[in-house]
Amino acid sequence: MAPFPLPMSELFTKFGEFSIYAMIGFAFGFVLEISGFANSPKLAAQFYFKDLTVLKVMFTAIVVAMVLVFGASSVGLLDYNLVWVPPTYLWPGILGGLIMGIGFIIGGFCPGTSLVALATRKLDGLFFTLGALFGIFLFGESVDAYSIFWNSSYYGRFTIPEWLNVNTGIVVLAVVLMALFMFWGGEKLEAIFGGKDPRQAPRLRYAGALGLLLVAGLVAVIGQPTTADRWARIAQEKELLLNARAVQVSPAELLANLHDTKLKVVILDVRSEADYNQFHLVDARRVELKELPEMSKKLLLEPANTIFITTSNDEGAATEAWKILVAESVPNVYILEGGVNNWLAVFAGEEDILPVTVASAESLRYDFPAALGSKFKAALPKLEEYQLEYVPKIELKNKRGPGGGGCG
Amino acid sequence: MSNIASTNSGSRAFFMKNLFAHRQARPYVNPYLGGALLGVVLFLAFFLTGNGLGASGGLNRLVVFFEDLVAPGHVNRTPFLLSMAGGDKNPLDNWVVPVVIGTLLGGFISGWLNGRLKVETGKGPQISVRQRWLMAFIGGGFMGYGARLARGCTSGQALSGGAVLSVGSWAFMFAVFAGGYALAYFVRKLWN
Repeated sequence: MAPFPLPMSELFTKFGEFSIYAMIGFAFGFVLEISGFANSPKLAAQFYFKDLTVLKVMFTAIVVAMVLVFGASSVGLLDYNLVWVPPTYLWPGILGGLIMGIGFIIGGFCPGTSLVALATRKLDGLFFTLGALFGIFLFGESVDAYSIFWNSSYYGRFTIPEWLNVNTGIVVLAVVLMALFMFWGGEKLEAIFGGKDPRQAPRLRYAGALGLLLVAGLVAVIGQPTTADRWARIAQEKELLLNARAVQVSPAELLANLHDTKLKVVILDVRSEADYNQFHLVDARRVELKELPEMSKKLLLEPANTIFITTSNDEGAATEAWKILVAESVPNVYILEGGVNNWLAVFAGEEDILPVTVASAESLRYDFPAALGSKFKAALPKLEEYQLEYVPKIELKNKRGPGGGGCG
Repeated sequence: MSNIASTNSGSRAFFMKNLFAHRQARPYVNPYLGGALLGVVLFLAFFLTGNGLGASGGLNRLVVFFEDLVAPGHVNRTPFLLSMAGGDKNPLDNWVVPVVIGTLLGGFISGWLNGRLKVETGKGPQISVRQRWLMAFIGGGFMGYGARLARGCTSGQALSGGAVLSVGSWAFMFAVFAGGYALAYFVRKLWN
């Protein structure tokens, strides 16, 4: 399976990468033009039910792309976790959308279509584009006055299947059905308000609708890959890393990284609540293994300089957590070598802790005078008190993938 | 294209004249076909790059580029602008910029091939060309402002976010249609 998304700047240099983006843009502009999107009266007719080209083109594009994206994801050609999903800022999005609707009906374009109008020498496209540049300028000058609202109602990467708690395949099928219903209704409206005769539209569109429904049904039947499926695809390659101990980071290296202000270290502690409350590393987040697949979606939004460390008392549970995160395409995940027990053996003074006499695997091998969580000195030892020697294993990989930002 | 191929003059002026010569404009393609092609382009954008499409982001970077030329100190003191420019950062060094350049080129080539490069102003029958220009500028202003407030325009939010099932993008999309329909009756003279 080819890597997704393509590491384009490595494969083709920056020029090649930008050329690919330019080719995508070229196809985008070309298709908008042949659909009639450089023609503002045609676009505005959408709002008087006379010509629903906007609705038909937009929703056909959305459902075709959606079916292809989720179809490719279900057969493993594309990694949905690494696809850019515009994060949800609900109210700024809705207010911005309303303002854009006003701009659309007054000005007759949206930013993309005005570019195509401009390119085909339509003067209203030119004036609209100038207006859009001016509006963007005004926004840049005014947003810092109300940045609290602009950053409010943030839900992160929030998808409809998560919101409705419904299987992705079912949502895909439902969206296709909704679009087909809107096309049916749209053609009725065009007949009433625009005097168009739907019988003259090509019959082929029924075949297209049926084809789309069939593929969407297939996507729903195959389903999206689970964490286990995702792990199975990469297990062979990743087991090698585990066996070579390439991802088990020594306590010394972790400590050095915790004190490195250029890095954000996220420690995920998968032990029981009792052990966690006895002692944990500073700022460690306690999570259950079964919560990790859900949580990984949020971890994917962490900044590019983030390192994730999984910890348990020894290494067993932490390794399971590592597998889940790696399967879910979270970048820069490592395991604390020897777990919390090893950490304590290295950094805890004998005055703080007492070794437990009987200890089984994956249990805390030390007793604490009180359950103080991360308030022990060993939760964040001082860097200068130790002569740290280690073989560095952490390599910060810059993620490509969902950092781009739609219109960003 | 044929009339260009048949000339042997080689003169640039002649070429330009032919390029923009008024030809019979071909009809637009069926909207469902156009939509399906657009869907394939959008999918390819996701498949090749992990990103969707964008337009207003590219325009935004152009604006910031000029602001940075004229008033670099102001850019350095404005957090929103600083996220794109400031210091040594070049606001045009972003994937959405070649996408926008490509969009212009693609629109131009399609208009050329289909005889739709005529200089004209699309407008309703009841307003003058100048009124239409003014309205286009005002509408563009609203559109540009709203697009940045919503963190994306029809391309980056509605199309790209809609196809990957972002909740915010769908809410945004319905808001755009709601805003347009709510006002449509009151500005019907502009278009009808």
